[in-house]
Amino acid sequence: MSEITIQDIIKPENLVYEKTKLMTDNALSYCPGCGHGTAHRLIMEVIEELGQENDTIGVAPVGCSVLAYEFMNVDMQEAAHGRAPAVATAIKRLWPGKVVYTYQGDGDLAAIGTAETIHACNRGENIVIIFINNGIYGMTGGQMAPTTLPGMKTSTSPYGRDVQSMGNPLKITELVSALPGTYYVTRQSVHTPAAVRKAKRAIKKAFQNQLDCKPGLSFVEIVSNCNSGWKMEPVQSNIWMEENMFPFYELGDIKVDGSLLAK
Amino acid sequence: MAELRLMKGNEALAEAAIRTGVDGYFGYPITPQSEVIEYLMAEKPFERTGMIVLQAESEVASINMLYGGGGTGKKVMTSSSSPGISLMQEGLSYMAGAEIPCVVANIVRGGPGLGDIQPAQSDYFQAVKGGGHGDYHLPVLAPASVQEMSDFVPVAFDLAFKYRTPVLIISDGLIGQMMEKVELFEQMPRLTDEEINERYPWATNGKPAGEERRILTSLYLDPHKLEKNNFKLQEKYRNIEADEVNYELIDCDDAEYIIVAYGSSSRISQKTIKLARAEGIKVGLLRPITLWPFPKNPIDDLVKKGVKGFLSVEMSAGQMVEDVRLTVRERTKVEHFGRYGGVIHSPEEVLEALKTKIVGG
Repeated sequence: MSEITIQDIIKPENLVYEKTKLMTDNALSYCPGCGHGTAHRLIMEVIEELGQENDTIGVAPVGCSVLAYEFMNVDMQEAAHGRAPAVATAIKRLWPGKVVYTYQGDGDLAAIGTAETIHACNRGENIVIIFINNGIYGMTGGQMAPTTLPGMKTSTSPYGRDVQSMGNPLKITELVSALPGTYYVTRQSVHTPAAVRKAKRAIKKAFQNQLDCKPGLSFVEIVSNCNSGWKMEPVQSNIWMEENMFPFYELGDIKVDGSLLAK
Repeated sequence: MAELRLMKGNEALAEAAIRTGVDGYFGYPITPQSEVIEYLMAEKPFERTGMIVLQAESEVASINMLYGGGGTGKKVMTSSSSPGISLMQEGLSYMAGAEIPCVVANIVRGGPGLGDIQPAQSDYFQAVKGGGHGDYHLPVLAPASVQEMSDFVPVAFDLAFKYRTPVLIISDGLIGQMMEKVELFEQMPRLTDEEINERYPWATNGKPAGEERRILTSLYLDPHKLEKNNFKLQEKYRNIEADEVNYELIDCDDAEYIIVAYGSSSRISQKTIKLARAEGIKVGLLRPITLWPFPKNPIDDLVKKGVKGFLSVEMSAGQMVEDVRLTVRERTKVEHFGRYGGVIHSPEEVLEALKTKIVGG
């Protein structure tokens, strides 16, 4: 029996997975173990599967994903910190036939950009907001975020977040779900293969809502890890996330087809 | 047949936006310019041309809506007054960096801070020196009449798209609020999506099949790349300075003294010139129409012709006078006169200042 070479294996019938062509070949700038790369890939897979690569405009935030446009192979604009929902509002209103989304972190969306987030949601802009919540400012080096958990240590809450003096973590996703302008609000994660599949279904539903001109904004939060900011190894950070983030930021759909789900 | 109407400056600006074929106006109310968005909302421009109008949650949101819309190649516009324009400086800096066209009108009121709602010209520094962070300039047009509030809108959009830059129209509460006869220009068509794609290959409105995606950003983490982008911007600014200076000379041929004034101050100064000439003082007016690029060459020419002094008349504590001094370079006398904080100088006050500071000084 002759020896099997790698060339014998690389055949169309053996193909089980292919990177979407809507992800560029640029090396990701994210830390190993970070969820951003997976979230990027899911969005790009969805846009490819929906056949929208030539009709999509993405808006990148300021934060770790400031360079999202280096990796997402669609037309992109880089917004000022927190302003992506305002940027996306105008793009969608001026090009109602195009697909428009923002990709924002917790500091961008839930701190400096709170007004733009609330008002884009409240106006019911027909856009998709992808919100990555890892409870920390990653890019600037691990400072406290609006979503940092009580007691959680960051470089600006070195003794743990004291809610008496530093305020409580903001559940902005529940907040926007209460607005009549949101049509679909969900909270997902990308830390296990099963979670990735569920998150992808949620992202696809959000973009399908936009294509179907459903009345309102689709908002997908992805609770993610920041192993370097949390000062943990990747696996440990995912366990910490399950044990600490998920009890506070409960996963699952919050609002579907314009209706809040009963708890 | 030209259409004549009696309009407020703010209304003329709004009507001109529709007639220029603007695609979107995004604004937030602030006195003394709220008539712009009120007029647009009442006029239903979507039914006239397909232009959309949106009241944003803040000036911060408005300017970022311009970033998004301008970035797709659409003609987008906002207007505000001084405090609101301060809030827009972040967005203007980003748009200068990412080279996104738009038009922003500032109907200036007294400051600093909340100030008042009366006319002023105290935002000159902010307008002509950049305004936000980073090395950049924006072309600045200064209308002096309701007619020019209308006429300068298409001019501003031509500049904005020719140079891929935000353009400021800087007026004041006097011109915004006063009513004058205005001859409205004919309706211009809005560009079709196909025309936008043909003219603006940089526009991020969905990458064309088989082509590279487009990115609009002002982020260059490598300092050498950022410096390169700055070189490109600076070259653009030198081209604008060379080609786009605009100004008006009134009674300058025999003038021994020159008043430099723009906007409302230039209107007031025209009366001063009549008063002065009746007394035998030969005064002319240089009215900058572009505040940036500043009309350096005509000032230089007047110095070389032997003008004995320049009086910069502004409704500010003395801002444009610095640019006059930079141009004159101590070859002759340069002084400032102006009331400010929302107080408007009278022609007689200007004449008195001319006599004491320039003629007799």
